[in-house]
Amino acid sequence: MTFERNGAEPHPSLREKLQQGDFVVTAEIGPPRSASLQALRRKARLLKGCIDAANVTDGQSAIVRVASWAGCVALLQEGVEPIMQLQCRDRNRIGLQSDLLGAAAIGIPNVLLLTGDHPRFGDHPEAKPVFDFDSIHLLWTARTMRDQARLLSGRQLKVAPSWFIGAVENPFAPPLQFRAERLGKKVAAGAQFIQTQFIFDVPIFARFMQRVRDLGLHERCSILAGVGPVKSLRALEHMCRDVPGMYVPEEIIRRMRGVPEDRVSAEGLAICAETIQQVREIPGVSGVHVMAFAWEDAIPEILQQAGIRRGGTVGVH
Amino acid sequence: MPTSTTAPRPFRPAVSARSMMLLHHVLDRRIPVWHAVASGLRKAPLLYGAFTFGERVTKERLFGCRMCGQCELPSTAYACPMTCPKQLRNGPCGGVGMDGSCEVYPGTRCVWLVAYERAEAEGRASDLRRLQRPMDQRKWGQSSWVNYWLGEDEDLWTDDSSELPARR
Repeated sequence: MTFERNGAEPHPSLREKLQQGDFVVTAEIGPPRSASLQALRRKARLLKGCIDAANVTDGQSAIVRVASWAGCVALLQEGVEPIMQLQCRDRNRIGLQSDLLGAAAIGIPNVLLLTGDHPRFGDHPEAKPVFDFDSIHLLWTARTMRDQARLLSGRQLKVAPSWFIGAVENPFAPPLQFRAERLGKKVAAGAQFIQTQFIFDVPIFARFMQRVRDLGLHERCSILAGVGPVKSLRALEHMCRDVPGMYVPEEIIRRMRGVPEDRVSAEGLAICAETIQQVREIPGVSGVHVMAFAWEDAIPEILQQAGIRRGGTVGVH
Repeated sequence: MPTSTTAPRPFRPAVSARSMMLLHHVLDRRIPVWHAVASGLRKAPLLYGAFTFGERVTKERLFGCRMCGQCELPSTAYACPMTCPKQLRNGPCGGVGMDGSCEVYPGTRCVWLVAYERAEAEGRASDLRRLQRPMDQRKWGQSSWVNYWLGEDEDLWTDDSSELPARR
């Protein structure tokens, strides 16, 4: 094929590092509920140099915030490689493909495609959920746009995008036996990397990875294990009660409650660092994805405790 | 009128997967009479309307059918994915509770979990690995039986999950 490709990619990019076999670190940055990106820029400067790329979430928990693409542009300007999240709740297939093209055109090298949280959980529960597509339809469409330079309609693109395409999976949601197969569907549809839901129960995740290896999926797709620190007992309760698909085992709850109040956040941080060390030992895990909602400042300390040393500078050159 | 105006809610099928799998053999589109019936219905709007009404009433009772017009039931052990609040056609979302609850309706079992358990029990869990294509939103309210017999939903899903080829 002779079409051009577009999308500025930093070197070495997340894609290249994974191809080289580096153990990568990505982090989640929640964009602000504000007409200013100052808070996001501050977080980007804080994390630059200790992570390989950062996700900017897209209407996470169905709450209105700055659009993911806008946050990604700010990350590019700050020298942090962005991963644009895009979900199917708010847009039909026309909107999704337009946003995907927009992302490629402004140089966003990575996209993470997901179904999205139901509006019921958000600040506008009365909104109309779209769900014209599910995550697998969106992955398949993005891959077709990139590899065949065509839209879903069959129409040709003058310049094809060149994204590295990601997806998510939750190893802890029933039916557990089917989760690796579902990941297989995403890989077949076009996913090249996966970020998982928060891991608090390493043995369940290890069994999931066993199945992933049995299916050979780790050879076709890089698996980034999702981890995150719990800051307080209130945050722990919120996670257990309000966040869909979150599984926190009793042992973790006991451990968090068993320390004096002024040590709770340090304990949360330590648990996260230990989890990183444990998942790193599991064959087929290519990196970690750190989700520290409203506590991004803790990420450098967590990585240090986990013994992840960052070689060289990271970001856009 | 499409039933797409009310919010979807997980529905537990009122009939066993096995009986429906057996019935599917009787209604197989490769049996020539069904193609003839469907062509006839297409040409007679009144009959088509009556037939579609019958399909709606029956399938609503049995599966919580919402008349999407492009029936996925044969590949989901006859649990209807259009009763999922996100109308996911490719399997359960990541929000299923540890007790199997739908994230939107706690206490109601996730319809994809029901599908998995039914398929597993029939030795057909591999059906769920098929990749389901995006829906044609214009087909709401149409008779999916007629669409099926006329071969118009032939490429709704792939044979297995090896690859999802480009459409046409």
